[in-house]
Amino acid sequence: MSTTTTARAVLGAETRLMLREPGALFWIIVFPPALLGILGLIPDFRTPSEDLGGLRTIDLYLPTALILTAIMASLMTMPAVISTYREKLVLRRYATTPARAGDLLFAQGVLHAGAVLIGSGLALLVGYVAYDARIAALGSAALVYVLAVAANLACGALIAGLAPSAKTASVIGTAVFFPSMFTAGVWYPISALPGWAESIVGLTPNGAAVLGLEQAVAGDWPDPVHLIVLVAWTMLAGAVAARYFRWE
Amino acid sequence: MTTTTAPAIRLRGLRKTYGSVVAVDDIDLEVATGEILGVLGPNGAGKSTMIDCIAGLARPDAGTVEVLGVDPARDRATAKRDLGVQLQQAGLQPKLRVSEALDLFASFYDDPRDPAELADRLGLTERLGHAWTALSGGQQQRLSIALALIGRPRIALLDELSTGLDPASRRDVWSLVREVREAGTTIVLVTHLMEEAQFLCDRLAVIERGRMIALDTPAGLVGSTAAPAVMRFAPSASVALDVLRSFDGVADVTSGDQTVQVVTDDDGVLAVLDHLAREGIRPHGLRITESSLDEAYLDVVRRESEGANR
Repeated sequence: MSTTTTARAVLGAETRLMLREPGALFWIIVFPPALLGILGLIPDFRTPSEDLGGLRTIDLYLPTALILTAIMASLMTMPAVISTYREKLVLRRYATTPARAGDLLFAQGVLHAGAVLIGSGLALLVGYVAYDARIAALGSAALVYVLAVAANLACGALIAGLAPSAKTASVIGTAVFFPSMFTAGVWYPISALPGWAESIVGLTPNGAAVLGLEQAVAGDWPDPVHLIVLVAWTMLAGAVAARYFRWE
Repeated sequence: MTTTTAPAIRLRGLRKTYGSVVAVDDIDLEVATGEILGVLGPNGAGKSTMIDCIAGLARPDAGTVEVLGVDPARDRATAKRDLGVQLQQAGLQPKLRVSEALDLFASFYDDPRDPAELADRLGLTERLGHAWTALSGGQQQRLSIALALIGRPRIALLDELSTGLDPASRRDVWSLVREVREAGTTIVLVTHLMEEAQFLCDRLAVIERGRMIALDTPAGLVGSTAAPAVMRFAPSASVALDVLRSFDGVADVTSGDQTVQVVTDDDGVLAVLDHLAREGIRPHGLRITESSLDEAYLDVVRRESEGANR
């Protein structure tokens, strides 16, 4: 039986399982657009500001909401599922069949990427319909966005792959989650930070992603440094995860 | 067992260590096509490690493993197509239902068995809609057996086949295993049940401390024991068990509720009877029976550990 057939069959089963327990999807699909909608209710956030180059705070929250979907998926949901599969010896059983344990990881990656896309689409919709927040340079934004989702999923795979147990994976995921919220600008717009702080945050995957997306919101191409940072994180985390992944 | 065809499984000098622990040490074994080989041995003797090596899950530190002519750790895809494996411990996605698991695993193979028919054979029909975590231990065990056999494997590795099964399900599983063998599948099964070994297996391999210490048919193993007789009686007065143990040929003496059991050879039987007559003790209800596989197995393991301690 070909490997694509088994991968597709496993993906089908994993899709049913994910839809059977939609609770985890709430944080990826519902929470980020809802946060954007709630923050937009603050009148100040809807007022253009000289400090933000004539943009409104809500305009800068749109990139943050897009990236938040990827953070939720890759730090909170995906490592929990994968490390549970290892701890409960599911990966071990699949390793004895023509399907591979890797088929389960692939399916989880595809499903979480899909959920992230849906959550981001909803955030775009909420921003546009409720607050007329839009991204001036869509192509530029799409480029940054795809690289950002890849970097986040690679980091999620790294956590899932190296954590010795499901409990540890959840502890590490949470520990990384809060700094990630900060670098993604959930608490304070990154571009409003002092220059030196912005440079440091720009070296993190989500800082680079949000800064790049903000340039797209303003209608510009992203600074190549942001793209390089994202690609570097993806390759580094992906390579370490692939090399040191614990199958048992 | 003689056969003209190439063996289904061939182990040569198999050795596997985990850190400083030698799990399997220098095992040579050939399993003929269509044979049912039982693997016996105490807990921690290395049985599951041997299964892992045959399944290609573990890479030997020395020696070779051939499964239908290929190295299962190297040529994973080929080996996995031909092998059906029931591991001693393996899970499933917690919310995956029995019917979904059967359909999914069936889709991995070119010519799978009918999932509904297999579920029926293993008494799972009424559990088809249940999730993995909602199954009892015995039901999970039966599903694991179904998943191992659903691809019509040429070789089935069954680690602790009937652990956790009630006697009725055990009979169902045994008849299924026999039928699978009739259809041409070679089977290696790890068991702690002598009844199972005797009922199903053509040959038995006894593993102790990583080494294979016996390889014989069940009848051959019983016949090879140095103490082929078991005496049971209720003595009319108390018997000095240490004296019985001191006789040549007596392998084991145990006393239960007013009964004494002696495992011994023919000379030992006579020595015990002479001793009882001299002491004026009457052995009420005396029965002398042939040693069973149970005793033969314990005898083989005991001799091995005595040898190791000497």
